[in-house]
Amino acid sequence: MSVEILSRIQFALTVSFHFLYPPMTIGLGMLLVITEGLYLKTKNPLFHQMAHFWTKIFGLIFSIGVATGIVMEFEFGTNWAAYSRFVGDIFGSALAAEGIFAFMLEAGFLSLLLFGWNKVGPKTHFFATCMVCLGSHFSAIWILIANSWMQTPAGFHLERIVGNVHTRLPNSYIVQTSDLGHVRAVVDNFWAMVGNPSSLNRICHVVFGSWLVGAFLVMSICAWYLLKGRFTKFARASMTVAACFAAFTTVLQSISADSTARGVVRTQPIKLASMEGVYQTHDYTPMTLFGYVDTAKQQVHGPQIPALLSFLCFHNFKQPVQGLLSMPSDDFLAARNPGLSPEELAKIRPNYWPMVGAVFQTYHLMIGIGSVVFGLSFLALTLLWRGWLFKAENPLIRSLLWIYVFAVIAPQICMQAGWFTAEMGRQPWIVYNMLKTSDGLSRAVHANQVVFSIILFALIYILLFLMFLYLMNKKIQHGPDADTDQLIDTQTVTGKVFSKENRAS
Amino acid sequence: MNFFNLDTIWFLLIGIIFTGYAVLDGFDFGVGILYLFVKKDEDRRILLNSIGPVWDGNEVWLVIGGGALFGAFPGAYATVFSGFYNAIILLLMALIFRAVSIEFRSKEPSRIWRSSWDISFSIASCLAALIIGITIGNITRGIPLDKQGDFIGNFLDLLNPYSLLLGITVMALFAMHGAIFLVLKTEGELQSMIKGWVPRLIGIFLLLFVTFNIATFYVCPELVGVMLTRPYGFAVLGLDLIAAVSIGVMTKAGYEFGSFLMSSATMVLLMAVLGISYFPNIVMSMPDPGNSLTIYNCASSHKTLGYMFLIACIGVPIVLAYTVSIYWIFRGKTRIGDTAY
Repeated sequence: MSVEILSRIQFALTVSFHFLYPPMTIGLGMLLVITEGLYLKTKNPLFHQMAHFWTKIFGLIFSIGVATGIVMEFEFGTNWAAYSRFVGDIFGSALAAEGIFAFMLEAGFLSLLLFGWNKVGPKTHFFATCMVCLGSHFSAIWILIANSWMQTPAGFHLERIVGNVHTRLPNSYIVQTSDLGHVRAVVDNFWAMVGNPSSLNRICHVVFGSWLVGAFLVMSICAWYLLKGRFTKFARASMTVAACFAAFTTVLQSISADSTARGVVRTQPIKLASMEGVYQTHDYTPMTLFGYVDTAKQQVHGPQIPALLSFLCFHNFKQPVQGLLSMPSDDFLAARNPGLSPEELAKIRPNYWPMVGAVFQTYHLMIGIGSVVFGLSFLALTLLWRGWLFKAENPLIRSLLWIYVFAVIAPQICMQAGWFTAEMGRQPWIVYNMLKTSDGLSRAVHANQVVFSIILFALIYILLFLMFLYLMNKKIQHGPDADTDQLIDTQTVTGKVFSKENRAS
Repeated sequence: MNFFNLDTIWFLLIGIIFTGYAVLDGFDFGVGILYLFVKKDEDRRILLNSIGPVWDGNEVWLVIGGGALFGAFPGAYATVFSGFYNAIILLLMALIFRAVSIEFRSKEPSRIWRSSWDISFSIASCLAALIIGITIGNITRGIPLDKQGDFIGNFLDLLNPYSLLLGITVMALFAMHGAIFLVLKTEGELQSMIKGWVPRLIGIFLLLFVTFNIATFYVCPELVGVMLTRPYGFAVLGLDLIAAVSIGVMTKAGYEFGSFLMSSATMVLLMAVLGISYFPNIVMSMPDPGNSLTIYNCASSHKTLGYMFLIACIGVPIVLAYTVSIYWIFRGKTRIGDTAY
């Protein structure tokens, strides 16, 4: 295999594994803030017990997130040296900001969160919890800004460096492979770079997704306790908070999903067409619910809803979604491949598409499982409202609670599938429409070195994942520490939480 | 040439960040290097918990250093990380194992479980120290670069005697630094045992340190040449030797915190000497010095350096403030509580 494919596999492997953990800490962090805030407000020891237990879970997840996170920052340099030289001027300030504002905040206050229960007062501890939560959000925000810039570059110009002479290149300049090392992107406007066209949509989409991951993690553990009849007071209160938070987030995520899709059709129409396997451009473009793409015949097979895609993309049933066969435009292709006839251009057009079949599937996986997540969130809220959710003796509720136990993986699948859609959908570009992925590699690195590191990472990550499951299970089986002597009646607790959450949303 | 431009400021800042990393994570690695010499389970837990609340924050200095190097001198970042590919991958592995060993080790009472993580913690710490030393050794000595600034040697070239010597010296330095740190954090029998190690560790380090300095005169004549034009560099080197010797003096006199400060000062001054003799290079090319990466040919635009400087001006004081408060809150002797590792 080529260094390019191997390096992409390595990055996908390391980043996917890493990204199992940060969404959990981001979501759980929010729940910790809510729970500890409720404790400060009500002084109810149940909330203290909850905060204590979930902090322990948080600590375990966080440690693996940190341990695996440092890899990516180094990988840009190890495997993507040419890319690093090209984007360093832009990418670097985002990463530096992430380091200073996010990691330091998290790492600094994490020790207080984990070990500071008896060292500082409850208000200081709550402050530390808020700072860790804020830090993990900052981290997501800065890294998404950097990644969004790769999707929709803005606020920069290209420059050529020969010796000490820096020449500004026109915006229409086409980067050639031979330019590498001499041409780079340079910041014009920091805030235009930060607020590039896809930043806000993608930050919201990932942050809300993470909140759902955290909420479903808590619901899963609590459902298990309810089924086993253990720590029921604790489980009811935690599940109440998590279910309300999940339903609240679901509303936000629907708005964000709509806005994100409409953003993609504007900024990366090729990606959107690939997500839906749209080849021809027609009015009333249908949406395929599920199915597969026959890339040879350039057709999609599966049940379709007429005009739905047009509506979702443009809020207008008629307006056509542009198909892949007319993208990228002839002008775009001709500029990059001078001297070719229109027929030859049409022949090379698919080289500028991502792997349509794969992007279609990951996108539909996200949408499908995402709908299940939405449904389960609202179902939990409704059952809570009607007072049925905790009737673990009812066989119907029992089977539903089992579903919640396993539903913990559902938002995780959405996260991963969404990222694969976003990143595979960006191909063949590493910086959209500007730098090819194949041009971003390290020239000093050979295939056997990458194979060696992939094998090492894979072995270590398998070991880490098994350890994580083992220790997580142990913490769950151990359950919260009993300091529940003076608990007030659960019914009133959940009642209070519920009405408070309701007001908040 | 105006000395205080953004390029030199960032050369300085990156030096400060990596020095901060060495001083802070240095004692974490030192604790790891010495760890297996402590036999009792409870004592091992005290060692782990002495760095428990802070190692994570210390490691972030490396993350920030990496990010700052990427942002300020992308060319150097790309060259070093791709050129030292295997070494960097091994360093990452070591950091992962160090982190999870601390986290997992005390979660199970089983002896096999604990001793496996103990060994992994110690090996990971030794390996990390060794790789850091070897990497700095190669950068000091210069590595073969082509016209684009890409590394054209191979992995085995990096394992030259000079760099290996620095690798071992850094291990000795961290072990000494860690032992001095542990004297501050422990009490009773454990403390007297570690106190007994300190003079020997200082001796080993001083021996290696002097050997390394002599070797540098032979292996890196260019650096010595530069130093001759910057005679204050020798003054800093002299200060460094004095600091190194005063670690021993302070320890003997019983000034525990003083010897920790001196041990930190030794690292700071060592990095200062390297910086003085290296400026304005970031990665020196050998045998063709014309291809060297300097702060002028691989820096980001002044706009980016300016933004990053602003970020640093806002961020660093805040970071320092709460870092100091965390160390303050967790000051004093380490004891095993219910939230301990």
